Amino acid sequence: MFLRRLRLYGPLALYGVFLLLPFYWMLLTTFKPDAELLKSPNPFLIFHVTIEHITGLLTQTQYLQWFGNTLFVSAASTVVSVFISYITAYAIIRLRFPGSEVVSTAIFLAYIVPPAILFIPLATIIIQLHWFDKLWALVPIYATFLVPFCTWLLIGFLKNIPRELEEAARVDGASNFAIIWRIIFPIAVPGLISASIFSFTLSWNEYLYALVYMSSSTNKTVSVGMITELIRGDRFQWGELMAGALIGILPAILVYFFFVEYYVAGVSGSVKE
Amino acid sequence: MTGRPQILARLDSPRVLGYVLIAPAAVLLLGLLAYPLVLGVWLSMTSASLGNAGEFVGLKNYATILDDPIFRGAAAFSVLYTVCAEIGKLTLGLALALILNQRFRGYRAARSLMLLPWVAPTVLSALAWLWLLDPQFSALSWLLIKLHLIETNIDFLGHAWPARFSLIVVNIWRGLPYFAIGYLAGLQGISKDLYEAAAIDGATGWQAFRRITWPLLAPITTILVAFSSIFTLTDFQLIWTMTRGGPTDSTQVFTTLAYQRAITGGQLGEGAAIAVAPIVFMVVLAVIVVRSVRER
Repeated sequence: MFLRRLRLYGPLALYGVFLLLPFYWMLLTTFKPDAELLKSPNPFLIFHVTIEHITGLLTQTQYLQWFGNTLFVSAASTVVSVFISYITAYAIIRLRFPGSEVVSTAIFLAYIVPPAILFIPLATIIIQLHWFDKLWALVPIYATFLVPFCTWLLIGFLKNIPRELEEAARVDGASNFAIIWRIIFPIAVPGLISASIFSFTLSWNEYLYALVYMSSSTNKTVSVGMITELIRGDRFQWGELMAGALIGILPAILVYFFFVEYYVAGVSGSVKE
Repeated sequence: MTGRPQILARLDSPRVLGYVLIAPAAVLLLGLLAYPLVLGVWLSMTSASLGNAGEFVGLKNYATILDDPIFRGAAAFSVLYTVCAEIGKLTLGLALALILNQRFRGYRAARSLMLLPWVAPTVLSALAWLWLLDPQFSALSWLLIKLHLIETNIDFLGHAWPARFSLIVVNIWRGLPYFAIGYLAGLQGISKDLYEAAAIDGATGWQAFRRITWPLLAPITTILVAFSSIFTLTDFQLIWTMTRGGPTDSTQVFTTLAYQRAITGGQLGEGAAIAVAPIVFMVVLAVIVVRSVRER
């Protein structure tokens, strides 16, 4: 019995240490005074708790602005992308218009184009459109990788809604509009939640586009602001940096813990569909 | 007859409504995804620089980068980084899935916590790793010295091979949970009867794994590895945050080098050529993904 437990919890503990170490490190560093960061009898412990890094971060840098920017961009691109994806997925699944197969394949191919190979040509387009250094421009830009992903996810969900439901509504005289928003939409809610949380996390995580297309300090996102403004030369203010990382991770983690089952279903779905 | 009811009547045709509904996605993806993709290939064949459209130069940029030892190094490290990280993520992710597939106390909590590295923003967790691997104040060095395994601090990111190794480990750290959850879904789909039959025939645990588990997980393995490879091959966040391609270009990959040449250096044409280069690998991976998704 003891041996069986050891064989289970032993490896599990090793994984736990490896996978959670950086988070422990953020937490620890955030509340550690500077002197202790440089010299400590045991760096894995904390001897005097301080909140000076957090107050310094919030009062002496533009962190709150960056945080608000990230929140705005993530929320807006999630709403826009999930809306567009829902009507696109509905059209592909239910309205067999000529070319719907092609559209579905194109959406899938768009899903596997990584943003990292597009940022240079996209930069020239952004400049021509006068979208450079405009915070809202990140909304349509993020939608380019969120829409293919969410549409693909929602196609999987909508496929499983029985067609009879719609046909019955049509017999009762329901319009297309009513079918899309009053009949199908409420049933698709779990799928829409999945799509929303993935969109929100992916936007919150985005770095390269925000780094290249935003330049003024007031338009930066958390990740970009931290790297470009809190690191000056070789001087790393580790206390502030880790406090910023910790606070910057919180929204993603909160959303995640609220909807953990949807996450797991989403990842499982993406390998099974 | 006014125009409005006519338009509304038209929308009742599934064909018209279909085109109306896909229009926003089509405009978005054609304008900001397909067009940049084509424009990228075009730019890679011009001498464009920041603020200057440049002119068509054919394959000159490609000839230049192929001659450039820094580009060849970046290409080699991109591939090495991807291959090593994928092997690590696959084996450690599968092992974690096998552990989590047992019923035990705290199963849900363990599963939720293990997925955290994949959920947390990469730049922010890479910063924590950067601090953990600090040349002077690294807590890992401190621990290894206390255990008498080493004598002086390790300069994890200051030399070529330790830096490459560290980046691969951090990439494995980030991607392993994705493999674990994907595999866990696969494992839960395998019928228990198969293992019972194998046990009756006297098969050992390892034999059951070799003959039942691994072959049945093969389709999931293909999808996980192909997907993950596409994004590992074009990784930017992690490497840019931790080493910026250094020391002395030893950890450059396609994306970091493209960023430096195009954005920092202003050479858009050359940068575009570097960014386009991984498409060769991507097409192969994309074909694998599309095929295995179709088969299911």
